[in-house]
Amino acid sequence: MKVEEKLALGFFRTDDRSHIVLDQEACRACDLKVCLKICPAGLYSISEETGEVVVEYAGCLECGTCLLACPKGAIRWEYPRGGYGVQYRYG
Amino acid sequence: MEGLDAVVVGGGLAGLAAAYRLAKDGLAVILFERGDHPGSKSMTGGRLYLEPVRPYLPELWEEAPLERMVTKERITAMAEGASVTFEFTSEGLRRPQPHSWTVLRSPFDRWFGEKVAEVGGFVIPQRKVTDLLKEDGKVVGVVAEGEEIPAQVVILADGVLSPLGEKAGLRGPLDPRYAAVGFKEVIRLEQGEIEKRFGLREGEGLAHLFFGSITKGVFGGGFLYTNRESLSLGLVVGIEAFTERLPAEMPELLEDFKARPEVAPLIEGGELLEYSAHLIPEGAHRVVKRLYGDGVLLAGDAAGFALNHGITVRGMDFALASGALAAQAVKEAKERGDFSSGSLARYEELLKGSFVLKDMEAFGHTSEVLAHGRLYDRYPYFLCSLAEEFFRVGAGPKEKISRTLWRFAKDLLLDSKTWKDLWRMREL
Ligand SMILES: Cc1cc2nc3c(=O)[nH]c(=O)nc-3n(C[C@H](O)[C@H](O)[C@H](O)COP(=O)(O)OP(=O)(O)OC[C@H]3O[C@@H](n4cnc5c(N)ncnc54)[C@H](O)[C@@H]3O)c2cc1C
Ligand code: SF4
Ligand code: SF4
Repeated sequence: MKVEEKLALGFFRTDDRSHIVLDQEACRACDLKVCLKICPAGLYSISEETGEVVVEYAGCLECGTCLLACPKGAIRWEYPRGGYGVQYRYG
Repeated sequence: MEGLDAVVVGGGLAGLAAAYRLAKDGLAVILFERGDHPGSKSMTGGRLYLEPVRPYLPELWEEAPLERMVTKERITAMAEGASVTFEFTSEGLRRPQPHSWTVLRSPFDRWFGEKVAEVGGFVIPQRKVTDLLKEDGKVVGVVAEGEEIPAQVVILADGVLSPLGEKAGLRGPLDPRYAAVGFKEVIRLEQGEIEKRFGLREGEGLAHLFFGSITKGVFGGGFLYTNRESLSLGLVVGIEAFTERLPAEMPELLEDFKARPEVAPLIEGGELLEYSAHLIPEGAHRVVKRLYGDGVLLAGDAAGFALNHGITVRGMDFALASGALAAQAVKEAKERGDFSSGSLARYEELLKGSFVLKDMEAFGHTSEVLAHGRLYDRYPYFLCSLAEEFFRVGAGPKEKISRTLWRFAKDLLLDSKTWKDLWRMREL
């Protein structure tokens, strides 16, 4: 099963503003691009249009893994505003 | 909100335990949770060890929404194409009192939040605490998305990342060396089917841990817990160890694990209910400088209280007990009318007298032992090869068991790394 299908079962209340912001300059200079592999929700990808690293924050499980793993400290990350983001029904 | 004794940040187990004890003792307490309700952001494996927490919260367990009483323990070492499983069961896990229970945190924490409200605590969901109110370096309350809420003391139970613990100057940022990510599926299965499939009596449950090739040589492992009408199946992977090797995409690791012949039949026919992910502190107490300051205390994952011992994974019991002890310290501080750091030092004293700091001190280095890659490739492979020799009957004459054993033992013991690993294991 694809991870997008798994995420589709979850309940997310999406804020119009992303809680994850990337420093594109640092990303351009980054060889490893750890984020592409380490996000358990597979939310990081390279945009076909711009070639930039993008993150689909709407499906974020708020684990914080990308924040810790990014070797360049290029991720500005905070919890979504109160009431927004993923809401687990089982946990 | 005038005259508040305490603000608790975080409606996980640490925050809920703190708020419950405070409210029960008649203190004016308010708990902020950023999710829709306590539990809506919580995630665990999981199994709750009850024995350690009963003394701190004795009255709760009769009606708590626990899933299954664990009476069967399994651990599987996995190599590529082979595995060895150890199973344990005993009457002692049932009597005189159940030893541990599986839990699903969203319903559990939600129920606990209702208990806090019943004893007079205010639980405010959908509110994120964004900052601390400070006066002359003393914490005198919190700021919740623009609104200032003054209080005598603030208990920070904001979880493993604890940005507020950093703001309070009590800890540094979480370090990738000291954290693992856990991600799991909750899979629906009929109650009776679970009992049949896992050989369980009604209401009883299984806790199953896996280690070896499933994490591709990286520190971590798999888990399967039986809930009443679902299974919790997932993986735990060390962050730094993973970034060093980048062996696969994280979601793929879980799909590979589920496809293993040891796992696939266990979840067959099940319906996926939810996918979740959360960090686990693995030696994260090292980034914590102090457990208290002027007007502020740190509890649960925020304080780095969790222990992965290889065969037991604990954090929830630490969260509950540290929350309850933080409440005890605050209650005594109120009696003294003194919420300064010197007065709140009582918190650390209480923790030191409890299993929380005793176990953290005794086993705080286990994450270093478990970080060694050989545990995830060499040793599972060794066990599986040995078992293969034992169980296999080939075309020619069979070797004596004693000879096979000797051959394998020699191979292992002549390797100096084995001795190093054994020496390290004294920490376990
Ligand atoms: C995959 C996995 C498996 C595990 N298995 C086990 C197990 O089997 N047994 C065991 O005992 N332990 C296990 N643990 C560990 C255990 O789950 C944790 O130690 C425990 O949940 C910690 O509780 P806590 O209350 O400290 O933190 P959390 O449960 O993380 O609670 C923190 C709460 O604070 C809220 N919050 C954070 N910031 C703010 C803010 N600014 N404003 C308002 N609210 C905020 C969050 O939304 C959250 O509800 C496991 C953990 C994981 C991830
Ligand atoms: S790992 Fe960090 S720096 Fe590299 S691409 Fe990803 S976010 Fe950018
Ligand atoms: S916080 Fe977790 S789920 Fe969200 S983008 Fe980062 S790694 Fe992915």
